[in-house]
Amino acid sequence: MPHPYLPLTDHDRAAMLKAIGEPAVDSLFDSIPPDLRLGRPLALPGHLSEMELAREFGRMAGANRPVSSLESYLGAGAYEHYAPSVVRHVLGRSEFYTSYTPYQPELTQGMLQAIWEYQSMVCLLTGMDVSNASLYEGGHALAESCLMACAATGRKKVVLAEGLHPEYRQVVKTYAGPQGIQVVEVPQAASGAADLKALEAHLDQDCAALAFMNPNFFGCLESGADLAGLAHSKGALLVACVEPVSLGLLAPPGDFGADIACGEGQPLGIPLSFGGPWVGFIACRQALVRRMPGRIAGITDDNRGQRAFVLTLQTREQHIRREKATSNICTNQTLLALAATVTLSALGPVGLQEVATQCLSKAHYLAGLVSRVPGVELPHAAPFFCEFTLRLPVESAGVCRAMRGQGILAGVELSRFDKARPRDLLVCATETKTRAQLDRYAEVLARAIKEAA
Amino acid sequence: MSSEPLIFELSSPGRRAFDLPALDVPEATLPGALRRGRAPELPEVSQLDLVRHFTHLSQRNMGIDTNFYPLGSCTMKYNPKVNEDVAALPGFANLHPYQSGDTVQGALEVMFELERWLAEISGMDAISLQPTAGSQGELTALFVCRAYHEKKGRRPRKVLVPDSSHGTNPASAALCGYEVETVKSDDKGHVDLEDLKARLSPDVACLMMTNPNTVGVFEKDVRAIAAMLHAVDAQLYYDGANLNAICGLARPGDMGCDMMHFNLHKTFSTPHGGGGPGAGPIGVKEHLRPFLPVPRVEKDASGYHLKEEGFPESIGRVRCFYGNFGLLLRGLVYMRALGGDGLPEVARGAVLNANYLLALLKDRFEAPYGDRCMHEFVLSASRQKRENGVSALDFAKRLLDFGYHAPTVYFPLIVPEALMVEPTETESKETLDAFAEVLRGIAREAVETPELLRQAPVNTVVGRLDEGKAARQPNLRWTPCPPPPA
Repeated sequence: MPHPYLPLTDHDRAAMLKAIGEPAVDSLFDSIPPDLRLGRPLALPGHLSEMELAREFGRMAGANRPVSSLESYLGAGAYEHYAPSVVRHVLGRSEFYTSYTPYQPELTQGMLQAIWEYQSMVCLLTGMDVSNASLYEGGHALAESCLMACAATGRKKVVLAEGLHPEYRQVVKTYAGPQGIQVVEVPQAASGAADLKALEAHLDQDCAALAFMNPNFFGCLESGADLAGLAHSKGALLVACVEPVSLGLLAPPGDFGADIACGEGQPLGIPLSFGGPWVGFIACRQALVRRMPGRIAGITDDNRGQRAFVLTLQTREQHIRREKATSNICTNQTLLALAATVTLSALGPVGLQEVATQCLSKAHYLAGLVSRVPGVELPHAAPFFCEFTLRLPVESAGVCRAMRGQGILAGVELSRFDKARPRDLLVCATETKTRAQLDRYAEVLARAIKEAA
Repeated sequence: MSSEPLIFELSSPGRRAFDLPALDVPEATLPGALRRGRAPELPEVSQLDLVRHFTHLSQRNMGIDTNFYPLGSCTMKYNPKVNEDVAALPGFANLHPYQSGDTVQGALEVMFELERWLAEISGMDAISLQPTAGSQGELTALFVCRAYHEKKGRRPRKVLVPDSSHGTNPASAALCGYEVETVKSDDKGHVDLEDLKARLSPDVACLMMTNPNTVGVFEKDVRAIAAMLHAVDAQLYYDGANLNAICGLARPGDMGCDMMHFNLHKTFSTPHGGGGPGAGPIGVKEHLRPFLPVPRVEKDASGYHLKEEGFPESIGRVRCFYGNFGLLLRGLVYMRALGGDGLPEVARGAVLNANYLLALLKDRFEAPYGDRCMHEFVLSASRQKRENGVSALDFAKRLLDFGYHAPTVYFPLIVPEALMVEPTETESKETLDAFAEVLRGIAREAVETPELLRQAPVNTVVGRLDEGKAARQPNLRWTPCPPPPA
């Protein structure tokens, strides 16, 4: 059948079969025993033209209500930020997006240099010494960080503060279990921040890592320095899972003594896209670099004396070391690392600080408004960045439904993760919200609560 | 083309490429102890300088859109533009993963439909779309395998991999806590049944097999192999890297395979992005369904749902949220473009193109597995190495001078001086003819002027790199000048 993606004509096929010396295309499949062949057409609909595709997928897209058509206050690990226009245009360069992992560096200097610039920016942002070329996403970056800590210390236990996103913790447990690594999860203090006493009680000489998230899942800010002190007093490594935009204002992990910093790069200009593709980042102290999972780009010289970029330290990797590799990573998330690089280049140090300040200020303005709504409490005393927990006087489900009717996605209901929190709502406000929208949020919330009560 | 400065070298304090509206609420501040002392030394560039920098970098890169990319085992087929347009629709691109189900019915329909398509294509009973890449698919399936045996109170320790397997197979097995044993290939490139038999015991959890395998040969004894494994309650894993060869014509599920992964970024045309993102869904047979990751997509009279609870035997999550949705979407757009009638034509085209190219090249190189192949083939430059002192690497580098991406080299490991070529079905006969002409010319050069190969590439923006220096003296990031003393 003639198809836009299939160039061979009947004329081509005849000439090619003649050159090969076969009577028919199907005889090229003779090595597949007849009883292993399907022997019937696939029970699937027939091919569609481009116009039909556009119509069909346009229909499905239309069955969604994207955050861009609503006012969204959803966060919980997925953040709505404005992506500078240049990001989409750079990512649309098909010399980038249709290329493979840069195995032939002479042909792929562009992507290799972009990866090297990405690594540099991750290091500058986190205050760490070295970064890799990317991991799959934030949860995976945390899991790899924990495995790396176990390999580096020779210990088989990790302590996770429950301020880590619940799905991140689940990913760690999935990865850790088969290697016999014990995962201990320690509840937060009433303030919403990590419970230092409880963490201390679980830290011992068998512990490879103490991992925490900042800002944490509930939006609260942690004291990295205290956590570093705790971890290091038992010879464990500190794994800091951090949000990149907040690092425009917050002390970077390298400054408070983290050994490994990791996190999710989505807030840096990457579309929400229902949860992926995003990009996990990981950075560490120099001493740990040979334990690093995944690809790393480095600088070297070519035989003409020019500066050139290349994938390096490959003796850590699966295609060289097979079962002795530091990870099984092959395809990672390079294109999204490029998106983060372009975003950080567009923002620069001043822009990043401005975005972070706007997030901080809008969230605090909103928190001030909603805390005056009768019956609403802010249960956590710890300081926060752009996200905070609200405790409603009624169950969150009805309030969220009512607000959705007014075009507002009110927040992420914590009952989704913890049945014991039916009235708690995690609310996020970024630079994308205007004062008028924040004012309206508080009004609509007050009305919805009143109607529900 | 002269070299492109680092973006840091273009920086000048005070420049910017993006601005924000004025802050319209009172400015909040953080407690001093939590604040950053100094701003990160990110570049400060104008918008035009930023655009030129990254445009120049793109011009120093080669993709499928610019050049033929016959990289074996990577299935570098055309990445249709309509896939990109669909993924950029606000109705898909701007969906938050925690929106309520009633606001994401279209996205859930995409996931549900994709599972249905993958199940029919593979003959598997249940699909999980969660894994992010092929190797995470392998790992996820091995977690499933482990959970399956543990439920039976068994803990087999070994995973078997053929010596022709992808490096990710043993690496994934080790990550899942298994010991790895390598099974030999016979002289036809098949898994050596005698060697396999000798290694089988109740301590074997699984054999990971690629079919057609990495030398481009179909493992015709796959059913017998499955039976041998099942006799000791071991599972047969199908590495889907080479599914393009048989898609719509033969199905892993009908061959006795118990679990598999798909590479949507190979078989189903989603772009490789210069090293990702990919998507590596897995398929399993009924007995392994209970162990699949959560959440799962279900459909009932009221619509589509993501279901988290009610799967007590699930391995949990291998990543946050639901997988690389944007890639899952592109994969489905591609499948629907080809349809049930077009997917077998993809396999036929891929196999015809590979055999044609092999026919054009086989008199110039050693072809250790004969003159027929599936969707890819392996040549060896052993003779040239022996007689002319040029290696597979030299051939690869010389090809770059003529504007072609090189084949995969030195893989599979069982073929010395391997050149592994996969043209894919989206290339025209004219492209294959031109490539063969060039490679045949290089083979002539290897005899007459071998120096040209050893010095190659000369037409690229950089020449051969000192990879040893990169590893010995790692330079992995830009380091800012220390701030002037206060």
